This record gives sequence, structure tokens and C-alpha cells, in this order.
Amino acid sequence: MGMTIAEKILAAKCGKDSVRPGEIIMAKVDIALANDVTAPLAIKAFEEIGKESVFDRERIALVPDHFTPNKDIKAAQQCKIMREFAKKHGIVHYFEIGKMGVEHALLPEQGIVVPGDLVIGADSHTCTYGALGAFATGVGSTDLGAVMATGQIWLKVPSSIKFVLKGKKGRFVTGKDIILHIIGMIGVDGARYKAMEFAGETLKELCMDERFTICNMAIEAGGKAGIIPADDITKAYVEGRAKREPAYFYSDEDASYEDTYEINVSELEPVVALPHLPENVKPVREVKGVKIDQAFIGSCTNGRITDLRQAAEVLKGRKVHPDVRLIIIPATQQIYRQAMEEGLFEIFLEAGAAISTPTCGPCLGGHMGVLAEGERAVATTNRNFVGRMGHPRSEVFLSNPYVAAASAVAGEIVHPEEVL
Amino acid sequence: MKIKGRVWKFGDHIDTDVIIPARYLNTSDPYELAKHCMEDADPEFASKVKEGDIIVAGENFGCGSSREHAPIAIKYAGISCVVAKSFARIFFRNAFNTGLPIVECPEAVEKTDEGDELLVDLEAGKIVNLTKGLEFEIEPIPDFMMELLKAGGLIPYIKSKV
Repeated sequence: MGMTIAEKILAAKCGKDSVRPGEIIMAKVDIALANDVTAPLAIKAFEEIGKESVFDRERIALVPDHFTPNKDIKAAQQCKIMREFAKKHGIVHYFEIGKMGVEHALLPEQGIVVPGDLVIGADSHTCTYGALGAFATGVGSTDLGAVMATGQIWLKVPSSIKFVLKGKKGRFVTGKDIILHIIGMIGVDGARYKAMEFAGETLKELCMDERFTICNMAIEAGGKAGIIPADDITKAYVEGRAKREPAYFYSDEDASYEDTYEINVSELEPVVALPHLPENVKPVREVKGVKIDQAFIGSCTNGRITDLRQAAEVLKGRKVHPDVRLIIIPATQQIYRQAMEEGLFEIFLEAGAAISTPTCGPCLGGHMGVLAEGERAVATTNRNFVGRMGHPRSEVFLSNPYVAAASAVAGEIVHPEEVL
Repeated sequence: MKIKGRVWKFGDHIDTDVIIPARYLNTSDPYELAKHCMEDADPEFASKVKEGDIIVAGENFGCGSSREHAPIAIKYAGISCVVAKSFARIFFRNAFNTGLPIVECPEAVEKTDEGDELLVDLEAGKIVNLTKGLEFEIEPIPDFMMELLKAGGLIPYIKSKV
């Protein structure tokens, strides 16, 4: 019987001809990554193991993106541990402030992750890289520390669920709406322990940025990985930036899936996920009229140039509502520069938005836009758990950039067509 | 490995932001983290918990972020074991790697109330609700995972092998 792309990549990484779901394998890691929250613990674990050097200084990425630029003394101490470790071990892919970006936007952009890779990251949104046709999954710090020492990790081969995307997406419908729709359909544990593979004709009209958004939120359905097999769009993206030779894997026609869902994308509308779970998904039209205090456009989910362009489309010639703070954070320095050169900053500034240097900051209630008690935000981020963006009695509504921008203008959650 | 303790009960989808809010992740000090364990679900939790207590919860416990600070906060708050209907996968790995015993047993969760006393016997593969006089079978923990727990986590395990 055939294999899925997830099984094929994992088989290749453990040197076997084939693997089956449920099998426990010891796999070779192509890229290991950690951030300023998870690296200090991983470094501690690495040092406890007592190895002199890391397994490969070119295959570890350390990105201080969560509480940076250092938000307080404790965060500064954490970053210092990471910086000193990077220096000591000659870590090639360490990104200092000024070069740093939100890790899951930065690594593909810099060509550090390539198709066919096994990526292990001490961050749950590591699954983002699946959009390149890689197998990428999040782990904790201890696992990462062990990977930094050995270059290997034990993994249970997941079974796969296939999502076949059909039809054309309508105006204001984005990759974010597709993945939120899926999470709403299968629930926050609908893909627990499983790989989510995306297929179908709609992929042809999804650019890499939207594909990253889709795979990014696989974890929000409990998924171990989200994967989109590489096609011409992937290859065009990778060309000129890949730091290593890509490898292309594709599912066999007779591969076995635990479930297959067909999604008619032409029937989808822009949606929002209501507090306090990403599965509480409703069409924007049914939620409209909910007053907001803040809108945030950014994060590893929606902080890329496509997202900023969508926001600018709505904000052009309009003003942010007087009762709303709009915060826009380009995910990397390159995106920041590109947005500036394309004139998007002019639009954002005219609208009355605050623009910040790259950081994960507000998405996890770290800094740069923390919510007070009773406040409500629309955010293009990935989680709306209790207290996620601040006070335990604040609320987060997840949406695409069009909806977030339109809501910032209206002062309440609205469908973008009501503003444009 | 036998664990006995008093139960604190929670619902489904207890996420890592509830277990340890991100606003406290600017440190990795386990005792500091433990002070804020489950704070957004129950602000007094850390002060009420007694050494050896057990958390019993519903589906998908530990969903969300990969932060290992979550099982660490639970462990250092004094919790000796988490029994849930199911666990999110990263939390599952992290718990074993940091030496926090966790057990899946939907039936035990259904029939256990807050304040009950539980006995979890990992080797014998059973949970006994001492308050109600009920016994539940659990899937035996795979040998490899049991070794991790006995060693006290992944790092001591790797060290013992080197």
C-alpha cells in the first residue's frame, strides 16, 4: 500500500523504505529551532546532557522574537542566555534584533527551511513550514535540547487526514478563513496527533503566504503537522532563497487516510473565531456589531506581505475608529521594508495605525498591545484562549486581515464590504 | 510507581495559556512558574494545592502552545499526576520528558469528583477512587515512556545511557 507525504518524509529521515502510522521511529532532524521563551530551558537541557558541541551549528535556528525587543529585565536575561549560547556554539542562524523576524515567517523567507525537511521546533506553530512540503512539528524545550545535542528525535508516525479544497474563493475570503472553517468543522482536537494534508484545485490560487497561514493553524486542530505538497508556486518561492537542496515528496494515490474531507471554498465567507476557542467559528455577518477596543494585524499567522496588502486595501483613505487602537506588526524586517517601499506604511499611518518592529508581542499578551479587563480585540493571530492577549477577562476574536482592518475602521466587527 | 492524592477537577480543552499564562514566561524558574499554575482558571489554585494532589480533567488537556513551562508549573505546584480523558500531543511529550506522570482514562474522569482521593498505580495499570470505592483499568504505559518517568525525564534518561 502507498504512503502519504508525511509517511514518506519520516521514512526518509529514519532511513527506512516505509513507515506506518503508530510506528515509533528515531529520525534525523534537518532544522531545529527555538525562541527566547523556549531556548533558555532547551539550553539548560542541552547543558545537562553534557555534550561539548551542538550536533550541527548550521542546522539550529535561534530567534529571539517573543518578548523582544526585550520587554523587561527578566526577558532581557532570557535573551542573554540565548545570545551567549549562540555565540559560544557559533550558531549560524541566530537573528539579532534588527535582523530578527517572527520565526515562522523568517525561516522560510531566509531559505533556511526547504521542501522535504524534517523541522523540529520548540514552538507549537512550527507546523507552519508544512506549507513548503516539509514535515514540521512543535515540541517542548527538553526535546529540543536533546535534538541540539544528538540531531535526532523519537517520533510516533502520525496517521493523516486529507482536506480536499475545491472551488474558487470569493472576495475577502483568505487562507485564514479556510483553516478557521476547518477547525470549526473538526474541533480543536479534531486532528489530535495527526497530520493534516491539504490537496485540491483551490491550492492553485493560494499564494505561499496564504498556505503558510493554513499550515500554521494545524496545531489549533490538535494536528502534529499541516502539509501542502510542493507545486510550481512552492518551487517559485523556494528558488533563489533555498540554502540547501530541496527534496520533493508526494503522497501515493493509494495512500491511506484516516478521513477525507471535501471543502467547497466557493461557499465560504469571511469568518471569525469567537472567544475562547479557535473552533468557535462563525461567519462575520452573524457576529457583526460587536464593539472592539483593539485590532491587531500581524503574527506568524498573518504578518506577511499579502496580509499587510489586504489590510492596506481596506485602510486606504480611511481612518481608524476613535475608540480603537490598531496595531500593525510586519513579521520580518524584509516584510517591513517591502511594506514601506510599496507605500503601505503611508496608508497605515494616515489611517492612524501604530506600526511596530517585528515581534510576537501582542499575540500572546507579552507586550506591544496587552488587553485590559473587559477589553475586546479582533486579531489576525491564532489563539483566543482565556487571557491569551492580556487580562483573563479580556476577549479575542480571530479573523483575516480584511476583517481586522475593516473592524478597526468601523469600531465593531464588520464584514469588509460594509467599509469598502 | 504508585501515586495517591486528592483531586482537583477541570473541564475540556484546558490550554497551556490557562496552565501558565504567557505573561509569566519571561522566566524559566520552576518555583516562580508554579506560583501562577492554573491562575486564569482558578486564581487561588497554587495556594490551595497540597503536595501530592492530582489534577483530573476532560479532553485535550494541555492544548495550545509548546511551552514546557506548563508541565513544569504543574509539577512544581505539587501536583503528582494528571488524569485526563485525552492529552494534546506536545503536552503529552513534555510531561514525560519533564517527569510528570500523566494518564488517559475517560471513565475515571467521568466518575471522579473534586476532593475525591485517587490512587494511581502505573505498573499495575489501574486507578482506584478510594473515596467512592471504584476501580478503573488504564492502558499500561509503554516501557520506553515508563523508563523516562523512572529516570525523572528525558535528560536524566539520556545521561544514564551515555
